[in-house]
Amino acid sequence: MTSKNVHMKIGEMKTSTGLIKNLEISIGRVVDDSWAEPMGPTPMPGLTTLRDWDMMLLNKYKPFYMPDCDLCCFCTYGKCDLTAGKRGACGLGIAAQSSRIVLLACSIGAATHTGHARHVVDHLIEKYGRRYPIDVGGLNVQVEAPVTRLVTGIKPETLGDLDEVLEYCETQVTHLLSVVHTGQEANNLDFESKAFHAGRIDQVGMEVADMAQISVFDFPKADPEAPLIQMGIGTVDTSKPVIMCIGHNVVPSVGIIDYMKDNDLADKLEVVGLCCTAIDSTRYFDRAKIVGPISWQLRFVRGGFADVVVLDEQCIRTDISLEAARVNAPVIAASEKNCIGFKNRTNDPADEIVADLVSGKVPGVLILDPEKVGEVAVKVAKQIAPIRKKKRVLPEIEEVVALAKTCRQCNLCQRSCPQDLNIPAALKAAAEGNLAPLTDLYEECIGCGRCEEACPVKLEIHSFILKAGEKHMIEEKNFCRAGRGAVQDIEIRSVGGPIVLGEIPGILAVVGCANYPHGGKDVYDICREFALRRFIVMTSGCSAMSAGSYRNEEGKTLYEEFPGAFDAGGVLNVGSCVSNPHIAGAAIKVASIFAKRNLRGNYEEIADYIHNRVGAVGLAWGAYSQKAASIASGFWSLGVPVLVGPHGSKYRRMLLGRADKKEDWDVYDARTGDKVNVGPAPEHLFQTVETPQEAMVAIAKLCMRPNDTWKGRSIKLSHYIDLHKRHYGTMPQDLHLFVRTMADVPMTMKDEITKILEAKGWKETVIPDPTLLPRMIRKKKE
Amino acid sequence: MSCEPWQCAEIAATKKANPITKPEVAVAMIKKAARPILIVGSNATERWMKGKQLIEYLIDFAKASKVPVVATAHMVSEFLKRGYEPAAFMSAMDIGNRLVDSEWQGIDGKGHPDLALFIGLPYYMESLILSGLKHFAPDLKTITLDNLYHAHASWSFSNATLEDWANNLKVMTSKFEEGGK
Repeated sequence: MTSKNVHMKIGEMKTSTGLIKNLEISIGRVVDDSWAEPMGPTPMPGLTTLRDWDMMLLNKYKPFYMPDCDLCCFCTYGKCDLTAGKRGACGLGIAAQSSRIVLLACSIGAATHTGHARHVVDHLIEKYGRRYPIDVGGLNVQVEAPVTRLVTGIKPETLGDLDEVLEYCETQVTHLLSVVHTGQEANNLDFESKAFHAGRIDQVGMEVADMAQISVFDFPKADPEAPLIQMGIGTVDTSKPVIMCIGHNVVPSVGIIDYMKDNDLADKLEVVGLCCTAIDSTRYFDRAKIVGPISWQLRFVRGGFADVVVLDEQCIRTDISLEAARVNAPVIAASEKNCIGFKNRTNDPADEIVADLVSGKVPGVLILDPEKVGEVAVKVAKQIAPIRKKKRVLPEIEEVVALAKTCRQCNLCQRSCPQDLNIPAALKAAAEGNLAPLTDLYEECIGCGRCEEACPVKLEIHSFILKAGEKHMIEEKNFCRAGRGAVQDIEIRSVGGPIVLGEIPGILAVVGCANYPHGGKDVYDICREFALRRFIVMTSGCSAMSAGSYRNEEGKTLYEEFPGAFDAGGVLNVGSCVSNPHIAGAAIKVASIFAKRNLRGNYEEIADYIHNRVGAVGLAWGAYSQKAASIASGFWSLGVPVLVGPHGSKYRRMLLGRADKKEDWDVYDARTGDKVNVGPAPEHLFQTVETPQEAMVAIAKLCMRPNDTWKGRSIKLSHYIDLHKRHYGTMPQDLHLFVRTMADVPMTMKDEITKILEAKGWKETVIPDPTLLPRMIRKKKE
Repeated sequence: MSCEPWQCAEIAATKKANPITKPEVAVAMIKKAARPILIVGSNATERWMKGKQLIEYLIDFAKASKVPVVATAHMVSEFLKRGYEPAAFMSAMDIGNRLVDSEWQGIDGKGHPDLALFIGLPYYMESLILSGLKHFAPDLKTITLDNLYHAHASWSFSNATLEDWANNLKVMTSKFEEGGK
């Protein structure tokens, strides 16, 4: 839609009016704006453009800080002790320092996704040109870039347009990171507002990355029936050479798959992936396989399955090259962000690199050309597979028993385990020949290996767990639906009304990493519970894998049991980390397509609409990374609540509403300008929950919105009450806060609830046309 | 065992919890408090000691001490199943967030707690909440009744075996049964 850096030079030109000589015109940007939608008030917002909106949310959902450390050690004045009100040498207190760390995490996340997008877009522009068209769903997706349109006011049509969007993101990320410098921002809420801004930028960066790769690599385009992908270690055909790709950036994997296809090798090798690269390589090639989530890296490498390990970027164990060396698997580092100390062989002949890797002359190489990565990886895998014969480093059972006898029972393994797993007891049992307790740890272990680092007698405890759980490991054969990408406009049209009116009780987005407190089964259970309740369940990334890793009583995985449509009772995997904006985008498109609100550069109004009307909740049950923080932040800023599992408390800051403070829950009725108390809906913006049972109750409650019709609220209350009774064994104590009129009360519980309301002194109120923004009031009060 | 944080990487804070060397010390502090509360997390049904679940010890303790219980996560149902009604239930984050608000009038609306006892939350969660209270609720005293040392509490037992933990809880309960509140 726009082009930039236009430079025109005319040496000599004769016209009817005269002669022009040596004319040079240089223009920074030419706007060719054929998009009819008028520009909203906040295109390409800067650090403070949406500050008022952020503060409105932050006033309603105040930060609760839980500092992980009493100190600040950012500058050489320090370390400074900030305990309980003390200020550091720079003047900063612990609240501001805590929020500063939140901003830092969110900025790292936004930078990482933006950097990822930059690499993908630059690579694709170089290969296919700036004019390559954006197409994420053909005629089914007219609003192709809801987040980008909303934040930047740009309607991208070509790869070149994405370049321009990324320039904006890069500028903002630089400014955001600079805010963290000593002696810049002073106020905790201003840090928080900027963390929200990082979330907005992060969403744009992710959307750009996914739009580019969907368009060029021809990933499923808003396809509810995207293919089912084989998933699990048991699906890998180990009789073939196996190439394992780890990370998030699919470009090197595409190089591998293309080389296989071009050389008629597509069925001669196995290409498998871990983490989001797995999700995206299966969007490109449905014969690729997903091994599992991020936490299974050691599992797969030590098990000897991989003949070649290809690393791109993000969430890769930084010791994976050392682990690969133990099983004689060469490593190819394929990202300039992750060179691992290897020599850059990008410009060397492929066959020379292959020879060096196969002979073991070098353990790994850096190759920054994805096509060469493809050729080298395939050739090395083919040549080395018969040599290394799937060499593994898992001990035999007899060795486990013998080595377990050397355990000193010092407890350091358990004290180093993030899960506090009772490893000493399992080792004691193993020493006595009983491996069952070690086997039980397999499901809960997140594969970090900290137990081994702590062990004073250097027991390879993680390998013991893998050996004990080996049968389970090699029987893992499940399905994940390939990431479908965007939600179709027509899907939004058909469910927009029921969502906004509350008749579809909610949208649950289960996203993020695999730092689960008790294994991935909780993710499956939660997704299935809400799919059966006819919520719309969306998944992405490692959570999408865990959701598909278990089966119902009929032996069906979640993706076989439920349709992949954006509809009540649907379970749809949107894709990898960078596909998360399709979830935010669906909410934005409800405002745009269903409610016909302008979204172009109109962030505040659309966020206000979503916050008050779209009953969406995010759950990142195993969130661990800074990217997860920035993804969550993008949802906070839209007013969408996010829950995290217990490890998510380590983000050190929650955004909590106070249900007991009635005055916090007023909104304007846009029809009249009256202030109406709507109760704590939604109650929190960011909250840690401790158990899956608590998560389920919280999800049902957080889906309530001020705009719910009486029918919608009645449905939502039914789910909330039902789950509360099942998991808490009693009626909710805060029920009266969510009943506006007696019509809200579920019919079958009327007598019971009426008594509760009477006891609480409940009074009827009205259902407003809710908004937090005074400018949205249509009729001003006299 | 020692007064080191149970999880090795939880480096000790600048202001570390005072160690509770014997259960009678904790009992004395609880008796001294005007408005104590006991916050019970989801490990209450995960930990077994001498054939009994932690939650059973806690019901005995709560009945004897009359300290009102705030159940976090879904623990309220576990208490109710055992015939004990906690004074309140809410998420661990919610109770932490209320405790840092000096104007909050407690679960009974009669005044801010002056002592918060914690037990049975996942170690790292409890540690973080205690840190939040240390920094932002300076007038509140916190005690952890876990068998794991928590540096961010005001007072904490040292790391101890399950048997010692059971004995400590039993002694505390018996001291209240003997002497009343």
